[in-house]
Amino acid sequence: MQVGIGLPNTLEGTDRDLVLDYARRADDGPFTSIGVFDRLVYQSLDPMSTLSVCAGATEEIRLATSIIAGPLRSTAMLAKKAATLDVLSDGRLTLGVALGARQEDYEAAGTDYRSRGRRFTGQLEALIQHWEGDEIGPDPVQERGPQLLIGGESDPAYKRVVRFGDGWIGAGGPPRRFGDCADSATAAWSEAGRPGNPDLWGHGYYALGDESVAEAGEEYLLDYYSFTGPFAERIADGLLTTPQEVVQFIRGYEERGCDELIMFPAVGGIEQYERLERVVESEL
Amino acid sequence: MKVNVIGGGPGGLYASALLAKTYPDWEIDVYERDPADNTYGWGIVFSDSTLSRLREADDATHERITDAFTKWDPIDIHFGGEYIRCGGHAFAGMMRATLKDILRERCDELGVGMHWEHTVEDPESYAAEADLLIGADGLKSVTREAYEEQFKPRVRMGEAKFAWFGTEKPFDVFTFIFRENEDGLWRVHAYPGEKSTFIVECTEETYENAGLDEMDEQAGQAYFEDLFADHLGDYDLESKLYQWRNFPVVNCRTWSHGNVCLLGDAAHTAHFSVGSGTKMAMEDAIALQESFVEKGPENLESVLNWYEKERREPVNRIQDAARTSRNYFENTERFTDLDPERFAFNLLTRSGRITYDELKLRDAEYADGFDRWFAGYATDDERRAIARPPMFQPFSLRGLRLENRAVFAPGPSTAGSTGHPATEQRQRLVDLAGEGAGLVLTEPLAVSEHGRLHPGTPGIFTAEHGEYWAESVADAGSDSALGVELFHAGRRGATQPRERGLDRPLDDGWELFAPSPNPYTSRSQTPTPMDENDMARIREAFVDAAERADDAGFDHLQLNMAHGYLLGSFLSPLTNEREDQYGGSQEARLTYPLEVFDAVRAVWPDDKPVSVKLNATDWRPDGFNLSDAFATGSQLAEHGCDLLSVVAGQTTPNDRPKFDAEVLERYSEQVRNEIDVPTMSTNYVTTTDDLNSQVGRASADLCAWYPPDVDVNSL
Repeated sequence: MQVGIGLPNTLEGTDRDLVLDYARRADDGPFTSIGVFDRLVYQSLDPMSTLSVCAGATEEIRLATSIIAGPLRSTAMLAKKAATLDVLSDGRLTLGVALGARQEDYEAAGTDYRSRGRRFTGQLEALIQHWEGDEIGPDPVQERGPQLLIGGESDPAYKRVVRFGDGWIGAGGPPRRFGDCADSATAAWSEAGRPGNPDLWGHGYYALGDESVAEAGEEYLLDYYSFTGPFAERIADGLLTTPQEVVQFIRGYEERGCDELIMFPAVGGIEQYERLERVVESEL
Repeated sequence: MKVNVIGGGPGGLYASALLAKTYPDWEIDVYERDPADNTYGWGIVFSDSTLSRLREADDATHERITDAFTKWDPIDIHFGGEYIRCGGHAFAGMMRATLKDILRERCDELGVGMHWEHTVEDPESYAAEADLLIGADGLKSVTREAYEEQFKPRVRMGEAKFAWFGTEKPFDVFTFIFRENEDGLWRVHAYPGEKSTFIVECTEETYENAGLDEMDEQAGQAYFEDLFADHLGDYDLESKLYQWRNFPVVNCRTWSHGNVCLLGDAAHTAHFSVGSGTKMAMEDAIALQESFVEKGPENLESVLNWYEKERREPVNRIQDAARTSRNYFENTERFTDLDPERFAFNLLTRSGRITYDELKLRDAEYADGFDRWFAGYATDDERRAIARPPMFQPFSLRGLRLENRAVFAPGPSTAGSTGHPATEQRQRLVDLAGEGAGLVLTEPLAVSEHGRLHPGTPGIFTAEHGEYWAESVADAGSDSALGVELFHAGRRGATQPRERGLDRPLDDGWELFAPSPNPYTSRSQTPTPMDENDMARIREAFVDAAERADDAGFDHLQLNMAHGYLLGSFLSPLTNEREDQYGGSQEARLTYPLEVFDAVRAVWPDDKPVSVKLNATDWRPDGFNLSDAFATGSQLAEHGCDLLSVVAGQTTPNDRPKFDAEVLERYSEQVRNEIDVPTMSTNYVTTTDDLNSQVGRASADLCAWYPPDVDVNSL
């Protein structure tokens, strides 16, 4: 399993310097991908623009939207942006897409929330057509378009993975939960007659440091996920606050078949990058 | 803080006691409709794991509860005149009334206000006058009803009828009795306590046959005293509020709103056969108390969120197991043809929580005995002292003996050209043959050029192809039996390789054939509706392919009639809109696939078996469904089909499949046991435990297997 690092693009105070610092150090460091989150009605940086900046500042590392809400966006625009990012990064884009659960984001974007499942299915099919076709350029560098990961923890989501995707991307949570979902995605893949196995990506949240860091991290998660009610508690509860927890979490994901695990800081600043790098370099 | 609790059952009392103990200055009041000494209900059951949680939460009640426990390990199963015991299950039980007494006493000690014979009709006012309202008012919760808009409850009734009895007759362990009489099959769940609990369950049909709807309490009791006289001896049955009910399955979108939360049966129920109702209610109470400690009473919203977060997953797990268990008891008739040993193994493993390996741990003697029985059953040999597990027992189809129950069935690949199998496609068969499965199938081989899925689909439509496959068969040796799967892709043909997705049409495809002229996806090519000539030609292509496969030395042949490929699309009303003799009813839709089957069966040697890959469902409302699968499977079996490989979905791209680990196993089980035809299950299973469990409980005779160290699906 490989480990990636999430950019603090939904954390307050993140600026050009911090993004570039994260990206350059991750590219030279032990990480194999950079992830970004997606949120519209929030003090956050746009995920694809953020990755574009990283594309120019890095050489090797994969750039992943992990995850963006597909149906929030016009399909043709998304296809073009993704293809552009794939060209500008020389074929390093991994496009993680899911439905997105935030109704307010849909309202702000002026797109319908309730029909998003149906639209998402059509969107995935159309994305691939755009990338393979000649009308909306550029041609992506990766042969049939950016690596396409589809999120969601439901039967329709797994079906989208096997019909259109290269793999499945989890929304976070403990390794057991990831494993159960990944098993379903793999089973769906096999039963549908896709060759090989789906790529399986996961997420984790960490805030390494003293107690106040942990508290700040939890507070951020409770706020960021407040729209989910009880679920926010569950996410905040899962925040990894010690090197030991981080190591156990990473090993748990590895055991459950994860291919790439992106670790997101829940607290801003470059210290979180440094603390995670130390853990990954010395303990794994 | 002021807390009102509606419902004085174990959950409400325990929550009150725990909160009163943690926060002595709180004002806590319980309102219960029934009198304090009401002894409604019989025994309750706990699994062992609950006990440590109870001790941590409140040592005083834990001690009194465990003192009152009756404990037992085994489960006894009486079926078909035989009696089978399996130990190691660590149950504890007591009378519900005793538990209530203990908790009532504890509440009293802790200063909880208890108001008996106090009916609450307006929970809103009890919520308004308190800081927290706990709705612990059971199945028919008025709290849940009052806040229906917020909790969004869904209540569905189970299909079976049941009634609770008690008896002085000591049942000293958990006892299942299955008995058939002229009215139907009766299930009894009996377990120990100060008095034994004796629950009788049956289908609605049996209930009506027996005339229970018209019998009074006395007559009803007499009916069962007579029916189970051999178990009850001289003891009588007793009733409290004699009543036949259907089990209500309660689910809620959320368990808290504002300052109101639900707890226990009010929030969620689980069928009594998994014995978890009281356990869940008491664990809810513990979680609620812990949430207050964790978040602080001043943050009520966080407290209730935390409570729900803690409980959601464990409750979901129990409800899942309970659903499977309830389905078992609603459909037990399907299993009455099984031998008692297998019937019992199936019962023990019904909910999926206990597997073959788990039974080995719980009771090695029982499990070894089952292995020996299974080996004797599978081989017709004398019982031996030691036997290998079920998956390693042989299975015979006509003249073919498979050494074990595992099957490697790889998916489609794209390395060939114009039907020529590529080296790696042929090599896969050779490689898989050395990996220990009883049967290795080829990937689906096209019977004609037009029947390919994509340009690289391997085929067996020329003499040369046949010779290529003969070489692989020779190279594969005789460790595994070798099967060929034949298919025609129909309207799903002419697509791009599946590395980047399914059903993406080629820009320059070839003519596709299907029963009706509808494309598979909106982008797909429109197929030519088949006329008599097309049908004859394709039928002959199947026949020629079968002859070549026989010449090549394959031991077994599988015809693909599933997944929206050509023969499968004749079977489904979604894809077969023909108005001639090949379309219409289930039987008419089977006409052409059956012609192909008969023609293939005619040229395929009598001593070699043929299987059919068949959908159990299209996963569409008006599609091919399970009863179609039963009818189709039965007719195929009459025509000499030896085994059905049970799959599902993909008939149309807009199906709504389920991907949980057991769904295809359940379909296999239903087909096998409903129409009495051997089946192969095709769910994605990776462990020997999965295979032993599936084969042991008669879900399937053969199982597709994906062991982690064998790359079945990759080239």
